[in-house]
Amino acid sequence: MTTSVAFEKARAEGRAALVGYLPAGYPSVDESIAALRAMIDAGVDIVEVGLPYSDPLIDGPVIQTAVDAALRAGTTTTDVLRVVEAVAATGAPAVVMSYWNPLDRYGARAFARDLAAAGGSGVITPDLTPDADDSWVPAAREHGLDTVFLVAPSSTDERIAMTTAACRGFVYATSVMGVTGTREQVGDAAAGLVERTRATTELPVAVGLGVSNAVQATEIAAFADGVVVGSAFVRRLLDAADPAAGVASVAALAADLAGGVRER
Amino acid sequence: MDTMPDNGHVLSADSTDRPGRFGPYGGRYVPEALIAALDELDREYAAARQDPAFTAELDHLLTTYTGRPTPITEAARFGAEAAGGARVLLKREDLNHTGSHKINNVLGQALLTKRIGKPRVIAETGAGQHGVATATAAALMGLECVIYMGEEDTRRQALNVARMRLLGATVIPVTTGSRTLKDAINEALRDWVTNVATTNYVFGTVAGPHPFPTLVRDLQRVIGVEARQQVLDLTGRLPDAVAACVGGGSNAIGIFHAFIDDADVALYGFEAGGDGVATGRHAATITAGSPGVLHGARSYLLQDEMGQTIESHSISAGLDYPGVGPEHAWLKDSGRATYEPVDDADAMEAFRLLCRTEGIIPAIESSHALAGARRLGERLGPDATILVNLSGRGDKDVDTAAKWFGLMNESGEVGA
Repeated sequence: MTTSVAFEKARAEGRAALVGYLPAGYPSVDESIAALRAMIDAGVDIVEVGLPYSDPLIDGPVIQTAVDAALRAGTTTTDVLRVVEAVAATGAPAVVMSYWNPLDRYGARAFARDLAAAGGSGVITPDLTPDADDSWVPAAREHGLDTVFLVAPSSTDERIAMTTAACRGFVYATSVMGVTGTREQVGDAAAGLVERTRATTELPVAVGLGVSNAVQATEIAAFADGVVVGSAFVRRLLDAADPAAGVASVAALAADLAGGVRER
Repeated sequence: MDTMPDNGHVLSADSTDRPGRFGPYGGRYVPEALIAALDELDREYAAARQDPAFTAELDHLLTTYTGRPTPITEAARFGAEAAGGARVLLKREDLNHTGSHKINNVLGQALLTKRIGKPRVIAETGAGQHGVATATAAALMGLECVIYMGEEDTRRQALNVARMRLLGATVIPVTTGSRTLKDAINEALRDWVTNVATTNYVFGTVAGPHPFPTLVRDLQRVIGVEARQQVLDLTGRLPDAVAACVGGGSNAIGIFHAFIDDADVALYGFEAGGDGVATGRHAATITAGSPGVLHGARSYLLQDEMGQTIESHSISAGLDYPGVGPEHAWLKDSGRATYEPVDDADAMEAFRLLCRTEGIIPAIESSHALAGARRLGERLGPDATILVNLSGRGDKDVDTAAKWFGLMNESGEVGA
């Protein structure tokens, strides 16, 4: 399934899509696969597979901790592709979330080719804006991958238009100014940003950063096409007594959030 | 200060089409959330440099507060005894207020912060020199100041931590990753993306996303502009070689830039070779790294085959960085400048020699340039004139040096 189909399906059900993030390789490659699959079974529509990076400058302490552990355990880009393949085999769309340097090092075209071959749907690039580099978009187009770029509350209307024009699949709107991590409040800026983004594109707009519970998911689902949850899932793995408990805890949160996006 | 020319010396002629690019290097690889702030900084800087009131205020501070122009000192004994008889001239950036070249950049960026109207500045620091300079400018201009410093560096540069706190800054030790400069930059960027509405990031070196490599270079360019004229006045000709240490590369770009169009002047950047490049424990980014993206710009960096940053190692906290400014990457590729590693032992030997021959205690960072000058002196012979950027003084390094030279007793005190 493509991300577009997943968003269509959610829209047909009169709700927002639920997008869940976990980094590949934490606590191990196989256990990250198990957790992502459990997420999908419990109602997550689209998964983001994080590619661990040494300098994750838009991530807060929770994701940093998990990613550092994944790197220390030796997780490679090839492992990430293996996770994508295993997750995409369930039929749910899997997108990679990656900082630019690991993709650049792998080679933009080679990564696009290998990700498409693994069944991946696309890539979210948190530190790559469409105007930063001209190698990624053509490589992704060639292999039919979604290019998901971020818009922020500080973006001008001109930049939002430039960004959404380069997006395929969906647009990622960051709800607040800041790094990843759970928050009490997910910001009034988000609704305004979604509105400004919709003025430039027909693509679905998913909102992320700070969303951690069903109440917040309901709140965001009222005005966005997708709700992205990351750190709250990672926190479940970090806090678990053992990997099996972590997977169960991730599934429980996913079920809760899936209820949240269906609440109205 | 000399009028600051456009980003377009001959080596970056394509910069009008692609602002902030030096050949394939530079650019802006950052989260969208930071673009508005970088654009604002770029815009305000472009306006400020055309504004006589801004340049006059900066000039006034550089003269009356920093003590510019800094002199050049003929290091006759050092040249004769330690550098193959070559004529060695030291550009005395160590004599600046706060003890290094960092103040040149910081005063300009703090004035820009006031012009933009933000009440808070943040900065990263390695050796602490940029942190001290930023804390100083913040105190002078009434700005709130937060400094991010790797926990490892807060230990080896404890004196500078105390100085920053005395100046009213909040120093936050960074405990992620290698706990050095690289991670301090990550944390500062995270702070900036969160607090960008009220905060300006006073970046310390010629790396990072556009406009920092250009902005910081222009503010450091005064070093070379002064030195070029001073060498001409003293010797009647240009130097044969210019030597500077390179971590991120701000003092090196500062002294190189005025000489770039002087084809007969060789430019040498000396990187931190740590335990030796062959050991893998070093910070010789250009010598042993490869092109990629770190901290918002494309340049050389130390990375593994997956594109993960490799931790750097150097006795010098200020050079302990796995990246380097994009203009250096371009100067390297174009062949205009040459970059070589100097390992810890050679740097410390040059440190000792300058103390003993000239009565000047240099920063360990600058000692890499001095070691490089020794090498160049041997290579070029006694007829050569070598201009060295003595970028900082060594007060902060006394503890490290005392340990290195065995001046401590068993309880770790400097005593009998």
